[in-house]
Amino acid sequence: MDLKDLYRDVILDHNKKPRNFGKLEPCDTSADGHNPLCGDRLTLTLRIDGDTVSDVRFEGQGCAISTASASLMTEAIKGLDETAITTLSEMVHRALTSSSDAAIPEGLGKLAALAGVREYPARVKCASLCWHTLTAALARRDGSTAVSTE
Amino acid sequence: MNLIDRPLAHYDVERVRQDFPILATTIRGKRLAFLDTAASSQRPNSVIEAIVHYERHLHANVHRGVYELSQKATDAFEAARERVRVFLNARSTREVIFTRGATESINLVAESWGRSLQPGDEILISWMEHHANIVPWQMACERSGAVLRVIPIDRRGELDLAAFHHLLTPKTRLVAITQISNSLGTVVPIAEIIAAAQRNGSLVLVDGAQAVAHQRIDVQALDCDFYVFSSHKLYGPTGVGVLWARETVLSDMPPWQGGGDMIRTVSFEKTTYNELPYRFEAGTPNISGAIGLAAAIDYLESLDIDKVHAHEQALLRYATDALRAIPGLQIIGEAARKGGVISFTLEQVHPHDLGTILDTEGVAVRAGHHCAMPVMDFFGVPATARASFGCYTNREDVDQLIGALHRALEVFG
Repeated sequence: MDLKDLYRDVILDHNKKPRNFGKLEPCDTSADGHNPLCGDRLTLTLRIDGDTVSDVRFEGQGCAISTASASLMTEAIKGLDETAITTLSEMVHRALTSSSDAAIPEGLGKLAALAGVREYPARVKCASLCWHTLTAALARRDGSTAVSTE
Repeated sequence: MNLIDRPLAHYDVERVRQDFPILATTIRGKRLAFLDTAASSQRPNSVIEAIVHYERHLHANVHRGVYELSQKATDAFEAARERVRVFLNARSTREVIFTRGATESINLVAESWGRSLQPGDEILISWMEHHANIVPWQMACERSGAVLRVIPIDRRGELDLAAFHHLLTPKTRLVAITQISNSLGTVVPIAEIIAAAQRNGSLVLVDGAQAVAHQRIDVQALDCDFYVFSSHKLYGPTGVGVLWARETVLSDMPPWQGGGDMIRTVSFEKTTYNELPYRFEAGTPNISGAIGLAAAIDYLESLDIDKVHAHEQALLRYATDALRAIPGLQIIGEAARKGGVISFTLEQVHPHDLGTILDTEGVAVRAGHHCAMPVMDFFGVPATARASFGCYTNREDVDQLIGALHRALEVFG
């Protein structure tokens, strides 16, 4: 297992220069994510147009994996509707938790770079924090439509 | 004599390492550099063999059977208690209670002795306590209306003694304090604290979890009221630990958990309780654990604790100098007197990334908040990486850590 399989250039790049970093004000929905075990914190703010995420930002502090994962996620979900986001989120979770010899799902694009964490079970939570936070933010929207996607 | 300056000629760490079979393990194809002894130490062959011997030849329940095997198990278990008594220089085995570990020992005191707390009473702890010496007191305060006070620390990680003397008032019923900080390595001047508390009429609980395997402990010389430690930080097995308490204090404490062994007679109308120390040991104890702990104490003393201490202090200096030379590395906790614990952060590299990178180089360090979140908040960091030393740690382990840190700088450079 080479370190470069985990810390790929795209992850190091997004850690150093996080995309869509900051806060949308005003926003249509938001959520805070916290991993108490390692202290990673994340706030997501989203603008939603109809059923589609038109803009998203994140801020917070965490390790390279959690920062890069959040940054990559904001790029990937911009312009997607909720159904497409749910599909993508499930694909990411599969990629993060599958066994190391399983094929990485097609269609993940840059997000496939995160699949290296499956060799490091202790780090899966770092990569998935932003996706859990996104689920919470979308479920919270309008208050009345809160649903669990579990 | 200053132990720190004692020559190390007689301490053969390579010989010691041969007693610990796990040190031959490889991690991801690399030599294991185990630098997480402060979280849990490894066990020597003699401890493993003592446990296996007990399980193979001696096991039956203790304090119950009239048959020979039960008597043998009881004898071995009580011999372990006597071994702990001698180790701590306690007056009597009546003062030696086996628990699941230091955490349970503190909870026992907080729940049993804590029942005497009144609204307005104060418990004094320090800013650098492990969560195990914070949360049980918060819970005791919630139950009783007592108030928790915290002795501050300074930027070097030293206890603010002036503040301690100020916080020590007639309301202070107990001072619960660590002997060595698990997150900063600070050696706390507990002699001064105990003397002041005694003059003030307050009891003192010493959390010895990080100290007991690294220096001589004499509870009579310390003259504290409670001393707690875990076996697994002393080269013994997990799931067993000790509460030592002054007998006069223990005699006034109500039983904690109810069950077998802690009673003398039981009827539905009235139950009478057993004598010390059994009154505080409900249920079948961790018999093999206590026997393993006794073997661990034998082992540690066979090495000579003073020599182990000097060896670890020399490593601490060696590692501190080497770490300081790494660009962007900051040591968290620079007290004048430290145990073999170094917490640090590396600029640009989050402690969790550091933990993973070091792991790929075979280096096992703790990365996280070290069950001391208030300490992390004080220093304004979410977490630190921590390297800690034991009797088997050698310079090669430290060199491997330094090499792995340079690798981390390469990856994140």
